[in-house]
Amino acid sequence: MSTIKGKVWKYGDDINTDVIFPGKYTYTVSDPAELARHAMEDLDPDFAGKVQKGDVVVAGTNFGCGSSREQAASCLVAAGVGAVIAKSFSRIFFRNAINWGLPALQCPAAVDALQAGQAVTVDLERGCIEAGGQSWKFPELPAEVQGILTSGGLIPYLRAKYQKNA
Amino acid sequence: MGKTFAEKIMAAKSGRRAVSASDIVTVKPDFVMSHDNSAAISKTFRGIGVDRVVCPEKVVIILDHCVPAASDKYANNHKVVREFVAEMGIENFFDINAGICHQVLPEQGFACPGELILGSDSHTTTYGAFGAFAAGIGRSEAAAIWATGELWLRVPETHRIEIGGRLPAGVTAKDVILSIIGQLGADGVLYKAVEFTGSAIDEMSLAGRMVLANMTVEMGGKIGYMTPNEETLTFVRSRSSRDFDVVTSDPDAEYERVIRYAAADFVPTLSCPHTVDNTAPVTDKAGTPFHQAVLGTCTNGRLEDLGLAARILKGRRISRRVRLLVFPASQEVYRDAMRQGILADLAEAGAVIMNSGCGPCLGAHEGVLADGEVCLSTANRNFKGRMGNPNSEVYLASPATVAASVLTGLITDPREFFQGGGR
Ligand code: SF4
Repeated sequence: MSTIKGKVWKYGDDINTDVIFPGKYTYTVSDPAELARHAMEDLDPDFAGKVQKGDVVVAGTNFGCGSSREQAASCLVAAGVGAVIAKSFSRIFFRNAINWGLPALQCPAAVDALQAGQAVTVDLERGCIEAGGQSWKFPELPAEVQGILTSGGLIPYLRAKYQKNA
Repeated sequence: MGKTFAEKIMAAKSGRRAVSASDIVTVKPDFVMSHDNSAAISKTFRGIGVDRVVCPEKVVIILDHCVPAASDKYANNHKVVREFVAEMGIENFFDINAGICHQVLPEQGFACPGELILGSDSHTTTYGAFGAFAAGIGRSEAAAIWATGELWLRVPETHRIEIGGRLPAGVTAKDVILSIIGQLGADGVLYKAVEFTGSAIDEMSLAGRMVLANMTVEMGGKIGYMTPNEETLTFVRSRSSRDFDVVTSDPDAEYERVIRYAAADFVPTLSCPHTVDNTAPVTDKAGTPFHQAVLGTCTNGRLEDLGLAARILKGRRISRRVRLLVFPASQEVYRDAMRQGILADLAEAGAVIMNSGCGPCLGAHEGVLADGEVCLSTANRNFKGRMGNPNSEVYLASPATVAASVLTGLITDPREFFQGGGR
């Protein structure tokens, strides 16, 4: 969990939740495999077929803007995406990502340098991103957020907590 | 260095002495609001593995999005919610006869200054008009609060929007916020707390203040806060018996940005298809034909809005080319508007008076558009397909612009109806 290795999928600014996960499926699709099949459908039709476990989505500013649908995060998790690195995130997407166990990392310098298809490593514990011999630091995630991420999301985190106390 | 409103509330509700912007804190909200989505939230809640809602007295549930149920699917959803609130002993439950959540919650006294209200609906920001810290959250997060009474939040930086002077006649809070969103963009205040200040805000009606707070989320804001004025405090005291403290930013608090506007510069404004920040002065689009008009929603369905429209429409007839649907924001608004003759004036002008609720705002029922149709609405979103049909277009406007426009079926500047002083 603490180290993510994969290749870069690079996109631009203002990627909205509708192109990450189309609104027309929000009330009808909930099975993870099917969620994964529709990931990025209206942005990059190749994505769902080719994405590999551990791959990293890299994007510009305001990633995940628009509707508050949680599927925009959960479809990326279901597709195997290991982390999203962006210049900035829309507030609700950032929350949904963390709450679904998907690291959402703000690191503009890495975004500028990373190229589509490049191999990248994200070390959550050390707070750095490495690719092509370069490395970038991202602001350390607070302990609470780390706890939620390592449990795989808010609901599993709480479930584990209650099982321990029971 | 002084503290902002947001920093003070986040410190108080997380039990810390002081916090600063960008800190992550675990807070205990005073209330958590959800609506028809409570059915889905209840399923997630059961997945956590706790048996009881820990804080039933903090849970407020209001059915409004598709009321009365438009199909068996919606009906079953409502049934799940009714059974859940009965099982969990949730008393703050309002069934389909109450109205839109963002109107009903304050009416029922759940929004006091200095309180923390989280809601699984993005327009939860509305309660900032009451001096509360109010933000939207996701469904899993609402389930988490039901189970634990708490949630993590990031302390936001604050942007101050200062509006001085007086709004011209025929120009409303809706025109102000649409034009600000147009200038700042849909991500203009991303993840920020927004504080509205200035003499125009001090003098603004509570209904107008709710419009600003409601739409702060359309430019990415986490909260839209205003220091409560006298009208607001009178309203809150008449609705709630809880003690509260008005919390304000310190004079030397650190703002990330201060943006100043002169009220006199605002003009009647529209959001054009298909984004809220695609704004234009009404005069630029005057003469544009449309098919349906909606007066209502959590943005502009209050007594003041209906009254304003009735002032323009009383004794006149709407164009035969358009349909006007009126949705009072709550049953209370409905009854007041009925007693004051506002609904009669609107109905006599040709409006269809609907029940209180979200109506067609999210495209589920009660006025879905046909292919190629154009709607002029007082709502807060006009994304493609928002009103149920991706082959339709939605313009957002003030209640005055909607009322002035339905007379001809063409988008019309409302200021000609306010000669000799409006509000
Ligand atoms: S009126 Fe529209 S924007 Fe407001 S809560 Fe209902 S659906 Fe959401």
